[in-house]
Amino acid sequence: MTGKGGTGKTTVAAALALALADGGQRTLLVEVEGRQGIAQLFETESLPYEERKIAVSHGGGEVFALAIDAERALLDYLQMFYKLGSAGRALKRLGAIDFATTIAPGLRDVLLTGKACEAVRRRDKRQRPVYDAVVMDAPPTGRIARFLGVNEEVAGLAKVGPVHNQAQAVMRVLKSPETAVHLVTLLEEMPVQETVDGIDELRAAGLPTGSVVVNMVRPPLLGAEHLLTAGERTGDIARAFARAGLGGARRGGHAERLVAPLLEQGREHAERVRLERGLRGELHGQDLPVHELGLLSEGVELAGLYRLATELRGQLHTGAAHAGQTHAGRAQAATKAAESERA
Amino acid sequence: MGAPDEAIATPNEAGDGGPLAIEPLAIDPLLDDPQTRIIVCCGSGGVGKTTTAAALGVRAAERGRRTVVLTIDPARRLAQSMGLSELDNTPREVPGVDTSAGGELHAMMLDMKRTFDEIVEAHAEPDRAKAILDNPFYQSLSAGFAGTQEYMAMEKLGQLRSDDEWDLIVVDTPPSRSALDFLDAPKRLGSFLDGKFIKLMMAPARVGGRAGMKFVNLGMAGLSMFTGALNKLLGAGLLRDMQTFVAAMDTMFGGFRTRADATYRLLQAPGTAFLVVAAPERDALREAAYFVERLAADRMPLAGLVLNRMHGSEAARLSAERALAAAENLEDGGIVDRSRGNGDGHEALSAGPEDPEDGSPVAESPGTAGSVTTARASRTPHAEDTTACTAKTPSTTAKTPSMPSGNGAAKESEEAAQQTDTPSQEQPGAPTAEPEDEAGQLAAGLLRLHAERMRLLARERRTRDRFTALHPEVPVTEVAALPGDVHDLTGLRTIAERLAQQPYSAD
Repeated sequence: MTGKGGTGKTTVAAALALALADGGQRTLLVEVEGRQGIAQLFETESLPYEERKIAVSHGGGEVFALAIDAERALLDYLQMFYKLGSAGRALKRLGAIDFATTIAPGLRDVLLTGKACEAVRRRDKRQRPVYDAVVMDAPPTGRIARFLGVNEEVAGLAKVGPVHNQAQAVMRVLKSPETAVHLVTLLEEMPVQETVDGIDELRAAGLPTGSVVVNMVRPPLLGAEHLLTAGERTGDIARAFARAGLGGARRGGHAERLVAPLLEQGREHAERVRLERGLRGELHGQDLPVHELGLLSEGVELAGLYRLATELRGQLHTGAAHAGQTHAGRAQAATKAAESERA
Repeated sequence: MGAPDEAIATPNEAGDGGPLAIEPLAIDPLLDDPQTRIIVCCGSGGVGKTTTAAALGVRAAERGRRTVVLTIDPARRLAQSMGLSELDNTPREVPGVDTSAGGELHAMMLDMKRTFDEIVEAHAEPDRAKAILDNPFYQSLSAGFAGTQEYMAMEKLGQLRSDDEWDLIVVDTPPSRSALDFLDAPKRLGSFLDGKFIKLMMAPARVGGRAGMKFVNLGMAGLSMFTGALNKLLGAGLLRDMQTFVAAMDTMFGGFRTRADATYRLLQAPGTAFLVVAAPERDALREAAYFVERLAADRMPLAGLVLNRMHGSEAARLSAERALAAAENLEDGGIVDRSRGNGDGHEALSAGPEDPEDGSPVAESPGTAGSVTTARASRTPHAEDTTACTAKTPSTTAKTPSMPSGNGAAKESEEAAQQTDTPSQEQPGAPTAEPEDEAGQLAAGLLRLHAERMRLLARERRTRDRFTALHPEVPVTEVAALPGDVHDLTGLRTIAERLAQQPYSAD
């Protein structure tokens, strides 16, 4: 799940993890930017570098969360793949870990994507996937293609050896149909522009795009067409205000004086509705499914998160009757159905 | 940081509700002060940081200062609004800026790779420079993995400042994961260069390629384990690339580091002003609080908080609850005013057409849409205003279902009605009125819209007050929301005017 800053990408990622856990599934919600946004959202204490159950979904589903820490991931990685326990500690003393996770930030991204892919591929004793879906609260749209594509770059740099193999394995997961990169946006110009650019970059990098999620959609309260004539009807509107008990409709009366400021607000609203219509059109022109999530007028609280999850689930499940499909498959099946409905 | 923040916030929120003294952030004196040489705009993504930086640049230039705006990866349209169509690493003059006061506006976008290359070219001999520039490891590092931006932004800022060509440099910080990345860049670089790691990396390369590797492998246990591990991990080819790269960089890193340290000190100096930019949303302000704390910890001079996209209303005296109740009345269609004239007459008698008591808030407003809320806020201490607004909600809501009520008393005092009274109500009459129906629907829509606006406004203020309760020492300026995005200089000027308005100035 990616999106421009301020579009609510963490919230939508969490809602998706909840939605996908529906009906007894198990999902993992992964955070990679060290913000502890998930903990804040679920109103729990800061997440350690450890998979931990943070929520239950409808029908006994479970959502686990993990805040990936690049340094710990590197040590893990050394330990797991290369049995380099003591060498790992030596590297740490030498400042090599700092080097790997900060100075060479590309390596940092390798570790973050690598850890997430490990969770995707992990199997239990009976060879079933441990998680039915892994949802990553990924870096912003402007960086997403580069972030996910970092392993390709690494595979090009390290032409042989375990790092090369690991990088290629991660790219295989990321480019497979098991993965879908969803883009969260608002109906505002800059986020929409970034989304369109992001989709182009993802496609150019051969990364699978999922759907566009339009977040914080405000229902249009008033048709713009009504407002076109409104300016000529100030007298009638003033009288209507007066009828509704807001004071006198005569010039200078309380109701009459409400007309101009309220009409101005109406005009701003109409302007926004018009703008949003254009932006919506632009998003629908991307040849990707588009979902819309309503604005939570009181800000995102835990209850609101579940509401978003329900909303998302409704949209995902339209026509997705194939149980056991991967998250990407499910989402896409759902959204294709939604699209054909629209058509 | 989340948990402690919350812990602190709770007692404050639940506190006495007394007026919060928000200090106004005076933008113009800051821009005009010849001592102000650098303004750094920081904040989380999506809060209008770049727009704020650009708007400040326009205003400073038009007030007579030779200004350069350093933006990092701006949205294409914003770049276009400043006449920048391409990524270019040198300042370009922005056309259309009023230079009559003697100022100028230049703008540039940071090209990371170009900046990095320039450093290499300037500090290494041609052969060595070529070796570095051709090194694959260098190429992917400099092309802009997350993190490189911060170093290069610091480097460019240092360069611009040392040129001494500019009265004022306005910097837009990269959309970092956190404030740490920008402020830590010099320190991190320093600790890296002081670390043993770089020396180890360079040891074999110094001795020379393959021979070096052999030497290391024969050598001390620690070293062989180290390079052995790396070789195993990375493959020998990459390790060699890294070593060549690090060794080549070593010659210039010294200077790089000195400059980064100097830039860091420059940021702490009195000529610098940090502006934390936020939107009135919980997450953005939480991040802003974090920036404020972080800047204080690093002894960076914070000028204040810019709160973008605040909403206002010219009709703020009509509460959300009353507006909704009135809208419901109209939509029910059950209420038709048969005594309209009476209503007017009644009011005319009691208050008069001028109605001096209630005044016209519009007339007080110096200009833009959002100003009224803030102007109103200045009349009474704003916190009280907000508390009243929130506290009022339950009682009014509770009363709403009981309407319609008698009309006479409510109309006697609009002020009172606005605060606590049950909304005034005309006598119910015949159910429909044909010509008025459409206007009624339109009026109801406008009222619903207004109710939504008032709720948004109250929510934004609550969010803001949570921040100011935590950081009462931080001066604040609010910028009223525009319906759309900024596309041109005119838009930037409008933003700048809103920035410079002082909502809390004494009346």
